Amino acid sequence: MKMNAEKRNKLSLEVIGLLLGLIWLAPFYLMIVNAFKTKRQIFSGVLGLPESFIFDNFVQAFIDLEFLKSLFNSVLITGLSVAVIILFSSMAGYALARNKSKLSGIIFFVFVAAMLIPFQSVMIPLVSIFGQAEMLNAGGLVFMYLGFGCSLSIFLYHGAMTGVSKSMDEAAIIDGANRFQLFWYIIFPLLKPISVTVGILNTIWIWNDYLLPSLVLSESNATIPLKMFYFFGQYTKQWHLALAGLTIAILPVIIGYFFAQKQIINGVSEGAVK
Amino acid sequence: MQNKSLSFWLFLTPVILGLGVVVVIPFLYGFIYSFTNWDGLTATKFLGLQNYIELFQEEEFMTSIWFTVKFAVVSVILLNVFGLGLALIVTRQIKSNNLLRTVFFMPNLIGGLILGFIWQFIFVSVFGDVGNLLGIEGLTGWLSTAETGFWGLVILTAWQMAGYIMIIYIAYLENIPKDLIEAAKIDGANGLQRFKNITFPLVAPAFTISMFLTLSMAFKIYDQNLSLTNGGPANKTQMVAMEIVRTAFTENEMAYAQAKAVIFFLIVAVVALTQVYYNKKREVEM
Repeated sequence: MKMNAEKRNKLSLEVIGLLLGLIWLAPFYLMIVNAFKTKRQIFSGVLGLPESFIFDNFVQAFIDLEFLKSLFNSVLITGLSVAVIILFSSMAGYALARNKSKLSGIIFFVFVAAMLIPFQSVMIPLVSIFGQAEMLNAGGLVFMYLGFGCSLSIFLYHGAMTGVSKSMDEAAIIDGANRFQLFWYIIFPLLKPISVTVGILNTIWIWNDYLLPSLVLSESNATIPLKMFYFFGQYTKQWHLALAGLTIAILPVIIGYFFAQKQIINGVSEGAVK
Repeated sequence: MQNKSLSFWLFLTPVILGLGVVVVIPFLYGFIYSFTNWDGLTATKFLGLQNYIELFQEEEFMTSIWFTVKFAVVSVILLNVFGLGLALIVTRQIKSNNLLRTVFFMPNLIGGLILGFIWQFIFVSVFGDVGNLLGIEGLTGWLSTAETGFWGLVILTAWQMAGYIMIIYIAYLENIPKDLIEAAKIDGANGLQRFKNITFPLVAPAFTISMFLTLSMAFKIYDQNLSLTNGGPANKTQMVAMEIVRTAFTENEMAYAQAKAVIFFLIVAVVALTQVYYNKKREVEM
């Protein structure tokens, strides 16, 4: 009897879980099915499947989004920013963890405290300063991402350094390696798990960021979110095209998630819990 | 590595430059200019506290603060309830365990801007259609009133971020020793008692983390606000972050917007620090 009750419990939990899962997916279902419809078909009903799967909407959205160009811009900016953040934050995390002086502690504290500052509180002077330096371009944007992203990343690397024994350093130094060789050939490879976490967290953030690129980039080198914003403004009230555009814009993320879901979920979990 | 060693400073130079130029200098610069008539390029007059006095008298700004606080409180509660609820479901060794985790987490990977557009379609067209079909008037006209705009933002946020909070709770739930639960079962504790006396205290640290995360996320939301309601109708669903962006880049009142940004920083910082303080204290007592 007891076993049965437990089995029943598990089954009902399974059903509740699956129902919730369907609710969670419903927005994506609605987006995709309506992206295949014509304007009139959407008007006559949004819930059902389309009469036929025609790709006209997608073709037009693909062209209007200049999708390959936007994708390229997004990949370039996200890739460069994340690489720069990983390299420089791991170096800093290492240096700060190996120097136990008061000054080192203060520097670390400043980086952590800076996480309290919301973007909007520095945004206006930032744009002004970079504008006067004529740095409102992709290069300037990558540098800004380093500034905004390094705090959390240094924090994570600093924490991970406790697991890297100091005898590593000493042995390498005795063998005649300098600090940079020591870091690059010995410490950095050991920090790989945390580099994956840092990379994932920063990729999710930078890939999806809208406000900062909207202040920095011109329309000609827009990233996907930025282009999506212009595109959507152009097609208000034309949901069939807007939804096709949104579906295309989401596609790279879904593909990435499909291949790396385990690493992504673990990375996010680690980043949040530490 | 010593303070005087050259390599220590070389290792730190890139990030010190980055944080300094991108965050610290603009922050201080902005603080100073918030007391002037700065137009983004030059300031000709020192105004003292005038910007600050003005902003507290501006109805639109105060409405946005009140709206943001309401939004933050409601979504923090909902996010934690949903996050913990989902985590409890997917940690019970059911078959669809991994599939469900993947599904619940998915919206987090997609930008708030895009999700806001998708939900705009759902609230306006889908809700409207279903409302007309079933004759439920409450489902029509969503996002056209401040009330439905508010709940629209809450629903979007809960749907988007519950999976993230779920992940945090999962990390703690899976660390609870199985034999502890078994022992309580043998001693005759029922499900509710087990949750209250074992699970709940052991996941308490997860509350600290997720409350902190959700609260600061809720205060800083911008993209979803922009794409879902664009602050409308009549700026009634405009959150502080958006209000500041508008004041600066639409109305071009840079110094005034910066004063608002300073107040925004103070609110966010005070909330975050109080919360960390209280949660740490409570954890120690428990």
